[in-house]
Amino acid sequence: MKLKKIQKGPLPLLVLVLFIFGYGCSSQLSEADNHNPEINNSTEQIAVKTAGITEIAVEAPPLTDGIFPCNDCHSEIEANPERRELVDMHDDITAIFNHDSDNRWCLDCHDLNNRDSLRLASGQLLDFKESYKLCGQCHGLKLRDWKVGVHGKRTGEWNGKKEYLLCVHCHDPHSPKFELLTPEPPPVMQENISYLNRKQKDDETK
Amino acid sequence: MKQNKTRRSFLKNISLASMAALTATGCNMKELDEFFQRNFRTLSDKEKEDIIKNLEQKYKQKYNKEFQVSAQPAMEQVEFAYALDLSRCVGCRKCVYACVDENNQSRSPQIHWIQVLQMEKEKGIDFAHSDVHYNPEKVPEKGHFYLPVACQQCRTPQCTTVCPVKATWQEPDGIVVIDYNWCIGCRYCMAACPYGARHFNWGEPEVPEEELNTDVHYLGNRPRVKGVVEKCTFCIQRVRKGKYPSCVEICPVGARKFGNLLDPESEIRYILENKRVLVLKEELNTQPRFYYFFGV
Repeated sequence: MKLKKIQKGPLPLLVLVLFIFGYGCSSQLSEADNHNPEINNSTEQIAVKTAGITEIAVEAPPLTDGIFPCNDCHSEIEANPERRELVDMHDDITAIFNHDSDNRWCLDCHDLNNRDSLRLASGQLLDFKESYKLCGQCHGLKLRDWKVGVHGKRTGEWNGKKEYLLCVHCHDPHSPKFELLTPEPPPVMQENISYLNRKQKDDETK
Repeated sequence: MKQNKTRRSFLKNISLASMAALTATGCNMKELDEFFQRNFRTLSDKEKEDIIKNLEQKYKQKYNKEFQVSAQPAMEQVEFAYALDLSRCVGCRKCVYACVDENNQSRSPQIHWIQVLQMEKEKGIDFAHSDVHYNPEKVPEKGHFYLPVACQQCRTPQCTTVCPVKATWQEPDGIVVIDYNWCIGCRYCMAACPYGARHFNWGEPEVPEEELNTDVHYLGNRPRVKGVVEKCTFCIQRVRKGKYPSCVEICPVGARKFGNLLDPESEIRYILENKRVLVLKEELNTQPRFYYFFGV
């Protein structure tokens, strides 16, 4: 009985806190509604809206240093639509390219005339910040799961603003298989766990 | 002389003697208060406030650092649940050490709240043949999958029912917590837990001062002492502020998902409704809030 009585005490306070929370959420929502998640090339960050919550990309797409904008070089080079193996430039990509490489090559994703853009199968140009749409052309199920936060990693708040990664943050688009990782050290074997405290340990080593 | 041998005088003398002993040992009032402190659930807000103030002072003396101890209660309309993608986990153990750092787990004697079990794909989920000490150059290893286990935050927890002093209980948001001041260290809960999720401080826990996390919750990651049991609390100090647990934030493959089970638009609800989901040791009727699923 005593327990119950005391629990009643902070209830009005809780309601107040919740009210404030609720208000915070609703104002966030309306902000998100004004925001158009579809076309957003002008701003630095892109935002996707899932479940009424705005999500912000953690960082810009991971382009190799000094390579963007591509048009710095490509505007002076005549576009060659012929499928071939690249030798002088971008041979590093040729070396690792492993993304259905028998059937695909650069211009399946990069645009012939504007190298600063990606290109969807429909011919529509696409900013690098929205590359997930390009990936989703083939990997539709992954895109579906990614949009709801099940595939890929999200950080931030479970009940509010989240931050997410693009496909290309984890998968190199030219060689998308996830790299093997070095594991952290295993736990100490039970028989090797020392229950001495620091002082005792110091004494022992002496 | 005869009078001195009465029961009343005996009690009088013994109480005087114990008082004298107490003052002789230099026991100050705060320590006495702490010794006689009641179960956390029976404390009023004012009492909690005082206790927390004292705790912060005590930690400052002991660790030479400013601690922020919180006793934030559960949010209303929230029931936490966790989901882990077995098809993604690569067994890198990053979560294990992120958890140790976040929750001030003892480095020596070593305590890990998360145990990553390596299992053979051919055998399926088979605890008897699982390996927690795997240590190859690179993970994942061929033919194996990985199953991290921590507290399953059961809906019908066996650990709380066996506690003889009610030092552990389930909060309204589903987190099973321990009052470290009330725990007597009998370890009944450890025997009752079918997941090996509870850990005992056999020695005085040791955390390097520079690695201490000073943002703590009374029922969660505040520094423990020798002789008490501890366990995963879904990072109660983080999740009650709206943040993801530490293991979710660190996971390099995004295998860990967390959210509010009562929110139909949460990730966790999507997983439960659309993916193949399982719980560990279902036959024991523990009804975990920790789900494993296959993302592909």
